[in-house]
Amino acid sequence: MSSVRHTNTESRLVRGLLIALALGFLFLFLGLPLLAVFSEAFKQGFGPYWQALGEPDTLSAVGLTILIALLVLPLNVLFGLAAAWAIAKFDFRGKSLLTTLIDLPFAVSPVVAGLLFILIFGRQGWLGPWLSAHDIKIIFALPGMVIATMFITVPYIARELIPLMQAQGKDEEEAAVSLGASGWQMFWRVSLPNIKWGLLYGVILANARAMGEFGAVSVVSGHIRGETNTLPLHVEILYNEYNSVGAFAAASVLALLALVTLVAKTFVEWRMQKETDMLNAELPPEKAPATAASLQSAPQGGGGELGAARRFPERTQS
Amino acid sequence: MKKNLAKLVLSAGLALSLAGVAQAQTSLLNVSYDVARDVFKDYNPRFIAAWKAKSGEAIEVKQSHGGSSKQVRAVADGLEADLVTMNQPTDVSFLADKGLVAKDWNKKFANNASPYTSTMVFIVRKGNPKGFKDWSDLAKPGVTITIPHPKNTGNGRNTYLAAWGWALRQPGGNDKSAAAFVGSLLKNAPAFAPGGRDATTNFIQRGQGDVLITFECEAELIAREFGRGGFDVVYPSQSVLTEFPVAVDKVVDKRGTRKQAQAYLDYLWSKDGQENAAQNYLRPVDAEVLKKYASQFPPIKTFTVEEVFGSWEKAFSTHFKDGGSFDQVFAAK
Amino acid sequence: MRHSSSRRVLPGFGLSLGYALVYLSLLVLIPLGGLVARSTQLSPDQFWDIATSSRALAAYKVSFGCALLAAVVNAVFGLIVAWVLVRYEFFGKKLVDAFVDLPFALPTAVAGITLTTLYANTGWVGRFLEPLGIKVAFTPLGIVVALIFIGIPFVVRTVQPVIEDIEAEVEEAAATLGATRWQTFTRVLFPALFPALLTGFTLAFARAVGEYGSVIFIAGNMPMVSEITPLLIISKLEQYDLPGAIVLAVVMLVISFVLLLTINLLQWWTANRHSGRHVDAGAQA
Repeated sequence: MSSVRHTNTESRLVRGLLIALALGFLFLFLGLPLLAVFSEAFKQGFGPYWQALGEPDTLSAVGLTILIALLVLPLNVLFGLAAAWAIAKFDFRGKSLLTTLIDLPFAVSPVVAGLLFILIFGRQGWLGPWLSAHDIKIIFALPGMVIATMFITVPYIARELIPLMQAQGKDEEEAAVSLGASGWQMFWRVSLPNIKWGLLYGVILANARAMGEFGAVSVVSGHIRGETNTLPLHVEILYNEYNSVGAFAAASVLALLALVTLVAKTFVEWRMQKETDMLNAELPPEKAPATAASLQSAPQGGGGELGAARRFPERTQS
Repeated sequence: MKKNLAKLVLSAGLALSLAGVAQAQTSLLNVSYDVARDVFKDYNPRFIAAWKAKSGEAIEVKQSHGGSSKQVRAVADGLEADLVTMNQPTDVSFLADKGLVAKDWNKKFANNASPYTSTMVFIVRKGNPKGFKDWSDLAKPGVTITIPHPKNTGNGRNTYLAAWGWALRQPGGNDKSAAAFVGSLLKNAPAFAPGGRDATTNFIQRGQGDVLITFECEAELIAREFGRGGFDVVYPSQSVLTEFPVAVDKVVDKRGTRKQAQAYLDYLWSKDGQENAAQNYLRPVDAEVLKKYASQFPPIKTFTVEEVFGSWEKAFSTHFKDGGSFDQVFAAK
Repeated sequence: MRHSSSRRVLPGFGLSLGYALVYLSLLVLIPLGGLVARSTQLSPDQFWDIATSSRALAAYKVSFGCALLAAVVNAVFGLIVAWVLVRYEFFGKKLVDAFVDLPFALPTAVAGITLTTLYANTGWVGRFLEPLGIKVAFTPLGIVVALIFIGIPFVVRTVQPVIEDIEAEVEEAAATLGATRWQTFTRVLFPALFPALLTGFTLAFARAVGEYGSVIFIAGNMPMVSEITPLLIISKLEQYDLPGAIVLAVVMLVISFVLLLTINLLQWWTANRHSGRHVDAGAQA
């Protein structure tokens, strides 16, 4: 997408300045910390780093972290799509309230988020006596950790999709439906292709957050070594045990997991590029109508109203 | 597609419920504080071998480590610990209040249920450039001290009580003079680290402060991590005796592991268990073992919290509760 | 024309809203409701005393103030980063793009420890700031630095897809009409990006308010000066004072809720106004 040549772009100077600003900011706030993590991890050389990663407790923590992410993400995608669809495409009372409720888990301190579920499932909680009578373990076991991670990641995909779907409006879907498409056809052929980037970013963010979450999971995990320790919890414990190399080596694994982003994104990009190439081969004049439309509307609006041209001002809120 | 989604949700649910089922094999869960890992990593194989020899039963010991108070809260909320090994008596008392350990837990084992002890010492820069000898030197103007949060961490609380107790036991010492002394000591702390480990990082790696106050046993961990060349240990004239209380959780009756849990803790007092403590730089309560490792443990005059403050509960509510003496001293500084 | 009975045209309203509501209720509403219910076990006087103690007030100020500052910085730089990542080509762009999510993947404690080491007066960054008289580690400024770190992905990742979605034709049309690049940006691009930017800002802010793990290492944690509210909550828990901790949690929750609701209403309002203009434009046509 980004490789589209923009005939209308900033001057070289502005471009250079913006790139410098962006990279400078990212280097200061992301690059340096990352360098510091790796320099700690490799402080004693590659051998100890590798050895630290091979520890059975560390490996089991990696496994648990991935398992939790795999359990949480599908549920989260479903919720994100449903919530964004309802909020972006329809008008109803209390929409702002609903959006705020989706945001709320962000604002709840991770410390408190863990506590919430202790108050429900803990021995002294609402369901505690019942659970203990039936010998069901929620808290201090996998289910509790999954629930806490679900809570933490509720907003990510929904919040990623809502502004995007609002910006896109609902004309295309309405057109599809009026042409006789079924609900699922419309969703798969029209809506999903339109939101693929947002959805991908949302999944990537939610995944990173699910894997990196410390505070809430820490409260409900019980910290049993080799059993309920996720990677972030394991990192903290190693650090507190005066095992910096182990701690930062484990942290570097989490940092590398963020790189999965790169792989996923590049892959999807490549696949889609191939698809559009094929489409373009079939329908060469594909772009013509859109350009015509924007040219048509342009003379009428002028200046600020140019936004009316095609997509983004068609925000569908009442 | 709908089918696939349903399958996915179902299998996720199944995985959840499967993971929730407890496994049934003889194992103990030892819920412990943060830096105790080395102690129990060495101790568990010793106990497992001894138990096998005695009873013929193979046993597995699982470890859970974390901040001491956080750990006991988890136990109170349902973490099924067969036994707890903590670093603050108030943490075990909290479990007693919740009915999870015996009310008289500190009588269930010898030595106040603490199989080994430690004390608060000073870690100074190599060669002790500022010539620190005793607590009074740390409260002088121009000195900066590095300590963890005195209110929220076990390490910080012990430091606070050690300084308070020292001041109280000086000629003419009383609560007022102790409060004034602790106030001037705290004035020398530009920041409170969130935990003992981070206070160490602040001191050693980030070069903050002239002196770090911490457990004697931690000095060895610092040396192993950062090398022996960077610092010296200074023993003040008097310091607080810190205890590491242990107790059996009544969960053992449900799990059928009381015998094993009791044996696990009893074995801490055996010669083998005491040697293990000494090798991890914790002062053994067994006089013979202590003598054997005397070179590791320079003599130091210590006082217990009970002697100076009546009890841990009392010390806790007077000093560390909101509005207590720490808050007052800090507000006055 | 906006009210053209879309409710009947597009399918799935009941299903999607219903699913979203059930999911939210189970996971968010009931647990938070339970928290609030627990806080009513205290008398209103007790609640008020804990909620408005001078320590707590100072901590709210630190938490919300630092979070606001960090979110503003993130909004400005996040927009620039997103723009640069979508529109320009430069060496290593894909790698940079991937690492934007790092603050999420890295456990907060690691971030806190690392940032403290960097910004202490002996660290890679701190040693250059020290001679200038700027102290970052163990001051409120350090809190802001940690909160900027954890908030970066929010703005970048909410704005990025919207920039990707803007079609070149729009800008080309503006240019054809003689708009300068700056005019195109302020009148065409920025209004289109604004809702997403505001969303990103809100999320970064909300997340920063509750953040604990990365902040406590760099904060210094001095009562009244650099003590954040989540630390006070932990402090209560360390005293086994669950009701006190719940009170502070509820206060934070209510303040956050009101702030978020205000921003969401504001967003709804700007979007509304914007589409109102669109209708006018249509009417003129």
